[in-house]
Amino acid sequence: MAVATYRDALNQALKEEMQRDDRVFLMGEEVGVYQGAYKVSKGLLQEFGEMRVVDTPITELGFAGIGVGAAMVGLRPVIEFMTWNFALLAIDQVVNAAAKLLYMSGGQFPIPIVFRGPNGAALQLSAQHSQAFDAWLAHIPGLKVVSPGTPADAKGLLKSAIRDDNPVVFFEGEMLYNTKGDVPDGEYLTPIGQADLKREGDHCTIVTYGKSVLLAMQAADQLAKDGIRVDVVDLRTVRPMDVNAISASVRKTNRAVVLEEGWEVCGVGAQVADLIQRECFDDLDAPVLRVHQADVPMPYARNLERAAKPDVPKTIAAVRKVMYLEER
Amino acid sequence: MAQAKARRKTEAGSLSDDTTAAERHGLLRSMLLQRRFEERCAEAYALGKIGGFCHLYIGQEAVGAGAIAAIRSDDYIITTYRDHGQALARGMSPRSIMAELFGRADGCARGKGGSMHLFDRSLNFLGGHGIVGGHVPLAAGIGFAIKYRGGDQVCLCFMGESVVNTGAFHEALNMASLWKLPVVFLIENNRYGMGTALERASSIHDIYLRAASYDMPRAFVDGQDVLAVRTATLEAVRRARSESVPTLLEVRTYRFMGHSMSDAVAGTYRSKAELEEYMKRDPIMVLRMAMQDAGEIDDPGMARLDEEVKAIVQDAWDFADASPEPPLESLFEDVLVETTT
Repeated sequence: MAVATYRDALNQALKEEMQRDDRVFLMGEEVGVYQGAYKVSKGLLQEFGEMRVVDTPITELGFAGIGVGAAMVGLRPVIEFMTWNFALLAIDQVVNAAAKLLYMSGGQFPIPIVFRGPNGAALQLSAQHSQAFDAWLAHIPGLKVVSPGTPADAKGLLKSAIRDDNPVVFFEGEMLYNTKGDVPDGEYLTPIGQADLKREGDHCTIVTYGKSVLLAMQAADQLAKDGIRVDVVDLRTVRPMDVNAISASVRKTNRAVVLEEGWEVCGVGAQVADLIQRECFDDLDAPVLRVHQADVPMPYARNLERAAKPDVPKTIAAVRKVMYLEER
Repeated sequence: MAQAKARRKTEAGSLSDDTTAAERHGLLRSMLLQRRFEERCAEAYALGKIGGFCHLYIGQEAVGAGAIAAIRSDDYIITTYRDHGQALARGMSPRSIMAELFGRADGCARGKGGSMHLFDRSLNFLGGHGIVGGHVPLAAGIGFAIKYRGGDQVCLCFMGESVVNTGAFHEALNMASLWKLPVVFLIENNRYGMGTALERASSIHDIYLRAASYDMPRAFVDGQDVLAVRTATLEAVRRARSESVPTLLEVRTYRFMGHSMSDAVAGTYRSKAELEEYMKRDPIMVLRMAMQDAGEIDDPGMARLDEEVKAIVQDAWDFADASPEPPLESLFEDVLVETTT
């Protein structure tokens, strides 16, 4: 166990899996010579060569499809999108090809592929570079959707995603790459589909995942100063969702707030709230509240961007509200 | 099919290629099987036994038969939603195809894919794909995997001419040429993307010239002459296999039916006169006439062949009709695969 950044944890996962299985290759823009737009692939070209660390032209639709084709005939591609905003150009290959081929071939063609890259907002990148697409992709049967919030989970989930025989959408975050945490050395696998109770409390549940885990943990620290103890359920995987972890926590706390980066309408939080009302209706002491991005394209100006994003004060306010405490 | 009339009007093809008489007989049989199979598909569609979209290949049989005759059994094929003919030419079981079209449990995709999505892993038949252009990057990816493993297979990718206006086509061909991937991009130019004529959709009418943008070898060939299609594909396959260089091969053909079973054969976007003109070069008749001139087949021989393939198609129909509907529990199967690693 050593302290490492989220970026290095991903790098370790890629490196270890490429050493373990020569069918695994990394493809995307700037992954090789440039060493990765966010340096996640640093050193991989030197170790594995240009057949396995493949720089592409700027052509998301094309190289995503190349990945799916290679997966059809037995390779295990890791396709890096410089951001998920650009992956919209490739969405046909993710949704119409990767997610469908197993089913519409009657089980003949599994597609073991990982589509990964940063998702959601960084800082002042404005509307086209600041979007969270978790809900879009989580909507699609045939995909698994993973969104780790800590370095250890980033490593363990990426290794599991690469070994998975299904298409896995893997969401990272520009603002997460430099965060640090304990990361187990060597073989360390985090199961896909399993949430993690990141903090224990009995007053309220915060259900969250990905970058928002950091906000939830900060909010929990501040709430603790007022004697409010919250469970932080880190989903880690958005699809398939760990229903048992959510309901076990809500049955204990009787209150829930769902915190996500994306927009409100048809968001992941809507799915979580629905699960809670179905599974825990008699346990609830308050309506489930949601914290999310404002229902606008992301603005550029610093103050407007701050107002649009979910944050710690908004999360605290939501927890206090479901506990019927006055806002402070 | 009014064979006698067609025979009078059809110009015989040439037998000057390197096929043997037995191979020519095999190509004739392959095309005839495709034709008879799809005539029954139209009938089954009218009877409601086949649902959804059903795109027939009638008129284009020489393309599938000729091109697939030019590759090895370990090579890969990927194609569009107009996939019945190529699946049959590859040797997929007519029973499993018809059962798939009927939406039955014994279909090649267990009733999950239908007409547009025929797959057979054992024959490296990687499917019928339903999004125009979407499968062209997949073909490049299959070529990438061949090169990655150091194999000498090739990927044969069929597509319609309307694909050339999609971004996916451009992106895939650029990378295939840049990285020298062993792929044959075969365009079946049947003149119409649904109801829109090539000239109304593409700024370049000689489609194969598009390859110049990617510094890629290119050629065009008469798609009604199965032997010419085979010869042209052989050259592209040789280049892919021995030099790992992709080719854009434009095969000029014509569909005798509507875009799918849902539209009229002629009328709004093409005239009956145009259709009849093209039907004079029925690919089956072109080969048959040439073989007849060379004394390789006569009328009784043709009749026997026709009876043979009709019996195969009837057997496929009967098999499909008797096959059960997929069990309801299969609804949730094959969404994801259990990971064992």
